Amino acid sequence: MTSGLKPKHQRLVLVLLALVAIIGAGTLAAWALRNQASYFYVPKEMMANPPSPDRGVRLGGMVKAGSLKTDPDGVTIRFLVDDGEAEVPVKFSGIVPDLFVEGSGVVAEGHLGADGTFVADNLLAKHDENYVPRELQDMTEAQKRMAIEETN
Amino acid sequence: MHAFANPKRFLSLARWLTPLLLVSGLLLAGAALLYGLLWAPAERLQGDSVRILFLHVPTAWLAMGGWSAIAISSLVELVWRHPLASLAARASAVPGAVFTAICLATGSLWGRPAWGTWWVWDGRLTSMLVLLFLYFGYIALAQAVDREGASSRIPAIFGLVGAINIPIIHYSVIWWNSLHQPPSITAGKSAMSPEFLIPLLVATFGFSLIFGGVVLARMRALLAEIQAEARLRRKALGDSASRGRGVTA
Repeated sequence: MTSGLKPKHQRLVLVLLALVAIIGAGTLAAWALRNQASYFYVPKEMMANPPSPDRGVRLGGMVKAGSLKTDPDGVTIRFLVDDGEAEVPVKFSGIVPDLFVEGSGVVAEGHLGADGTFVADNLLAKHDENYVPRELQDMTEAQKRMAIEETN
Repeated sequence: MHAFANPKRFLSLARWLTPLLLVSGLLLAGAALLYGLLWAPAERLQGDSVRILFLHVPTAWLAMGGWSAIAISSLVELVWRHPLASLAARASAVPGAVFTAICLATGSLWGRPAWGTWWVWDGRLTSMLVLLFLYFGYIALAQAVDREGASSRIPAIFGLVGAINIPIIHYSVIWWNSLHQPPSITAGKSAMSPEFLIPLLVATFGFSLIFGGVVLARMRALLAEIQAEARLRRKALGDSASRGRGVTA
């Protein structure tokens, strides 16, 4: 033993060094991907850096409450996608997913028109992390808390 | 830790622990799934499709838990050369891959009603698919090492390197915009009503027991295989030795 370390400890040091290198490489890769690996742009990013009209992109955010309107043709809907800092108007013709409602998340696939309206070819609903039973949805927050406490 | 280095001591423990884990796990997970299917309330937005949660989420956690078990066992094997560590890592691979496949399948079935699509290439779904391929790679590598008689440290290194995917899966919905929801349960708090949370935790506990039981059963099978091979080799040596004596006599 030239290094004075037990073989066991030598291996531990080597494995830990290798782990640090792997985690460092992984973190660097994830950091480099931080923009590219996102599934959609939020309105703020799309306003700051508008994609050209011929480029297919995805836009994601919340369907602004009260913004959902149906055109006279009955199949085209218009709404605002909002991320709290900016909003983008969206136009879509077709069947929307069941979970597509105002105040909930949406991902629209399509392109940004020259007039600043996002023309969607497809809508995906994004639900959030909250899971609440249907019976509780119409209650106020205080009633919900009471009901939840009762069941506990 | 080295108290269980003796396979005999491990086997005497595993002999009664295996059926205990499997039976209690099946009962708990079955009860939680039944409750989730029949009595859990419908969710405010998702309605009845939320019931798949009680299968999807435990299998997702155990898919990641399975690779964590491989990585920890691999570390123990590489550093401390614990004789059971490589068996534990190998025994975790197939159940981990099965849970990953169940997670992907149930997630796809859930995505159709919830999102409006079976599959998207967002960070979470893609990194989970990568995990399934890592499991396939690990299983193939471990089998090849077995066949060729190479060192079991080769799959151990693969198991350690592959662990980098586990934090990526976890943080994929936090670092990057994704269609998949962010975590509902984070350290100490839950965005989930107790009607959903409690059966989910029971199902997770039950599936974890099943996972543990399957790993122990597979470790016993691997040990039995090693013992049978050693016995055959001894027998073959003994036979040729006695034949050799017969010729010279």
